[in-house]
Amino acid sequence: MDTFLQQLINGIVLGSIYSLVALGYTLVYGIMGLINFAHGDIVMVGAMVTLTVTRLLANSGLPGPLILGIGVLTAIPACMAVGYLVERIAYRPLRNAPRLAPLITAIGVSILLQNLAMMLWGREYLSFPQILPAQTMAVGGASISTIQLVIVASSCIMMAGLSWLIRKTRLGNAMRATAQNPEVATLMGVNVNTIISITFVLGSALAATAGMMVSAYYGIAHYDMGFILGLKAFTAAVLGGIGNIEGAMLGGLLLGVIESMGAGYLGTLTGGIMGSNYQDVFAFFVLILVLVFRPSGLLGERVGERP
Amino acid sequence: MMQDAKLLEVQNIGKTFGGLAALSGVSLSINRGEIYALIGPNGAGKTTLFNVLTGIYKPDSGNFRLEGVEMAGKKPSEMAKSGIARTFQNIRLFSNMSVIENVMVGRHCRTRGGVLGAILGSSRTRAEEKSISEKARHLLDYVGLARHAHMLARNLSYGDQRRLEIARALATEPKLLALDEPAAGMNPLETDSLKSLLETIRRDGITLLLIEHDVKLVMGICDRLAVLNFGKKIAEGEPSQVGSNPLVIEAYLGVS
Repeated sequence: MDTFLQQLINGIVLGSIYSLVALGYTLVYGIMGLINFAHGDIVMVGAMVTLTVTRLLANSGLPGPLILGIGVLTAIPACMAVGYLVERIAYRPLRNAPRLAPLITAIGVSILLQNLAMMLWGREYLSFPQILPAQTMAVGGASISTIQLVIVASSCIMMAGLSWLIRKTRLGNAMRATAQNPEVATLMGVNVNTIISITFVLGSALAATAGMMVSAYYGIAHYDMGFILGLKAFTAAVLGGIGNIEGAMLGGLLLGVIESMGAGYLGTLTGGIMGSNYQDVFAFFVLILVLVFRPSGLLGERVGERP
Repeated sequence: MMQDAKLLEVQNIGKTFGGLAALSGVSLSINRGEIYALIGPNGAGKTTLFNVLTGIYKPDSGNFRLEGVEMAGKKPSEMAKSGIARTFQNIRLFSNMSVIENVMVGRHCRTRGGVLGAILGSSRTRAEEKSISEKARHLLDYVGLARHAHMLARNLSYGDQRRLEIARALATEPKLLALDEPAAGMNPLETDSLKSLLETIRRDGITLLLIEHDVKLVMGICDRLAVLNFGKKIAEGEPSQVGSNPLVIEAYLGVS
């Protein structure tokens, strides 16, 4: 089997999940300069809701892809509601507070969501029912599974849709205007509160989809799965240049591939001293490198752009 | 009923910042279709009045009415919907967006397509998006920036940036267009063409409120003007009357 090609494929799959989550960080940061550390936990909520629905329907005789579709279509509105409420209740009252206050609040919200999830779904690892056919396709010397194809295809569609929304529509114009100068945007009739709510809701919809992907891909979900995933997606957003939409997509893909390659070759390179369980190290190693050498990220704009 | 000749009526507006009265008891009224100027030395409260009129500041006292509707205390986005638009002394464009996109944002308060319409691509939303870009194109033509439509706003020349601010404000379909030092930093040629743009705008039925330091421009273009000094109105009237008012000469013009 061709390790390089296989790890590349795995990396792209992982990376497209990171990209979706990273977009949520970057959207919110772009509009209001807040790092929403609770975003990873919204992904967890998405995973849990998808998993719950899928388990309920697993023996209903419906085809697997349809069940998964119903699952994610339940998870998306659920996550949108959570995202909306989090902004409304936790962040909006702190809109004009010093920057540290909402940041700490975000960590608090993250802990709150994890604990609520633990109460609802318990502390065990929940397994995802096997509803998709475990088919694989051979490509070169590597293989791609159905779920991998679904993940890459659906995240491409969502990212293209988001780009279009931001670049080409009235709403996207208003969002970009708000990001650059909220005060002037309001003078154009833009309601900044509405735009911020929409931003959170959009980010949460992407997170819900990512949650479906993670839980279906790895076959498990857990109440604190959002923490590490969120940190890595945040790393991806920083790598691409936080606040930059294309940056989040690129950063996610790159991070996925870097991690995957690392996991694939680390064992061989270190003669077995470090195995693929060191995978996570790569994400944070990348974060440190970026922060040291290019804090504005690959596609980031000059620092000092924000007033 | 005949339309009231008064478009904007300002009564006894006061605004204090930490004990300093930026505006005290300012009253004035602006008629439909006129060009009304606001002059006064630096720190006289002109921009503060603009900020009150566009909802950025809430006045501490007094009120103002646009077409008889009480406006004081409304939010900026509501002011825009009611028909007050402005430009800024220090240009504030969405500098990383293209020229035409800046104007398109200005259409926001006259359109309503939301998330769902955009995602589902409903025919109404698509028609609206089309009308937004057509109107924006038309406005760029109107101010003479059509050839730069797809440039980033920050790459425009200074004079063109001022024109773009005007186009963006016009996109909100204002009844009253408030311009904060539109000629600041312009060369005489640019000032001349600005003057004719302002006259065109007035001819098209939009009332103009102007803060300006270029006395020659003000005196040559406005129908009436008010003079502010230390937050108080010290004179109001036609240019010829105000120009000969001794209080004004002392406070502002500095010539005898």
